[in-house]
Amino acid sequence: MNRPRTFYGKGIPGVATGDLKGKLIVLEGPDGSGRSTQIAFLTEWLERRGHAVEHVGLKRSTLVAEELAEAKQGNVLSPRTLSLFYATDFADQLEHRIIPALRAGFIVLADRYIYTLMARDMVRGADLPWLQSVYSIALVPDLVLYLRVAPQKLMERYIYRARELDYWESGMDIGYSWSWYDSFIRYQSELHRTFSKLQAIYGFATINGMRVPRAITRDLQTRIEAVISPNG
Amino acid sequence: MPEKGLPNTTPGKLIAVEGLDGSGKSTQVYLLKRWLELSGYKVFFTEWNSSGIVRSATRRGKKQNLLTPTTFSLIHCTDFADRYERNILPMLKAGFIVLADRYKFTALARDTVRGCPQEWVGQLYSFAFQPDITFYFSLPLRTALNRILVGRPALKYHEAGMDLGLSPDPVESFKIFQGRIHKEYEALARRHRFTRIDSDRPVEVIQEEVRAILRDRIDLAKYKVAVPRGWRV
Repeated sequence: MNRPRTFYGKGIPGVATGDLKGKLIVLEGPDGSGRSTQIAFLTEWLERRGHAVEHVGLKRSTLVAEELAEAKQGNVLSPRTLSLFYATDFADQLEHRIIPALRAGFIVLADRYIYTLMARDMVRGADLPWLQSVYSIALVPDLVLYLRVAPQKLMERYIYRARELDYWESGMDIGYSWSWYDSFIRYQSELHRTFSKLQAIYGFATINGMRVPRAITRDLQTRIEAVISPNG
Repeated sequence: MPEKGLPNTTPGKLIAVEGLDGSGKSTQVYLLKRWLELSGYKVFFTEWNSSGIVRSATRRGKKQNLLTPTTFSLIHCTDFADRYERNILPMLKAGFIVLADRYKFTALARDTVRGCPQEWVGQLYSFAFQPDITFYFSLPLRTALNRILVGRPALKYHEAGMDLGLSPDPVESFKIFQGRIHKEYEALARRHRFTRIDSDRPVEVIQEEVRAILRDRIDLAKYKVAVPRGWRV
């Protein structure tokens, strides 16, 4: 599967993709789908095999992460502003972390990518062509894995971790319902529906996230193997 | 390029002023605002890059030199969206004359000069209404440069376009940068039908022309501040 590296659109001005030799692997899925656990397992596995691994995710840029967290705390930004704020955060990591790491031959594990950002915005009424234009700067990953877990299960996992439901992950800003439970289930279902729509466009692999962690890891490893092995 | 943006469908009017640094647009828009206010019209003034929440990030980005053309463009668009949705749009819906000192064309010109594809920047800003009038304060590049460079201690890094690596000398870099922006503005002026104002004239003469155009193109009577019943003196 050694296709040449491309951007979704025109990409980043002045950045050539020819020397981006590493691999970009994206893990998508809602909070509670086991992303962090899987990324920890995968990192260990990859490093044991001698691969250099770089991690990126949402809200992790040097440029705006702090302000973004602050803005979300106060819930003062409109969906469009928040969307562009996240796009800035993404672009900063793309240029300062993802691209340099790929150039150095790293395997970049992205704890979510543009698809989560797009899906969240679509659920809040943003139109897909606008989002696609904004994210035409993004690199096409080598592999996108979507961890699918039923909303009810996600909800249980939240509670088991002795955490209250998160305002944003419950879609409370949208105003589906005053009941956090109803809002959570509705929001997560909408997100999944949107992901299915995006899947039809971007073709990512859906992984059954309801299994025990080790079974999921084996599934992920098989798929990653196919992408990173030199004769793959 | 077909991307012209959405026409303003609110009861308000959106008036944008654009032009090079030193074109006198801020002076003119200030005088326009004073005139409208003092004549009893509902007027709201907004400036480029003035919203609080994004400001600290922009500042850090500039200080630590983290910004690339793409993030520079995105962070300014974020800032603009915040201001647009929380100030400009509500005021337009409330039926105000909104005066914008710089609008999305500033971004289109600057970001394109920095190397971002113009279609991309155009799409980013496609949510924002096209102004009802865009005044373009035009004057010869050399005159604009003189106005800015005379009696100014130092140019800021991004202001001088130093990030483009045009020249190690800030003044030289500024001149080349402004020259390129000037070219972009000229292209935008044609594409978006800017109302061109010859800015190489005395302040009063220009202001008179601007006011005349406004009177001519906008039914100002609709924008009179209504005095609530019982408050009439």
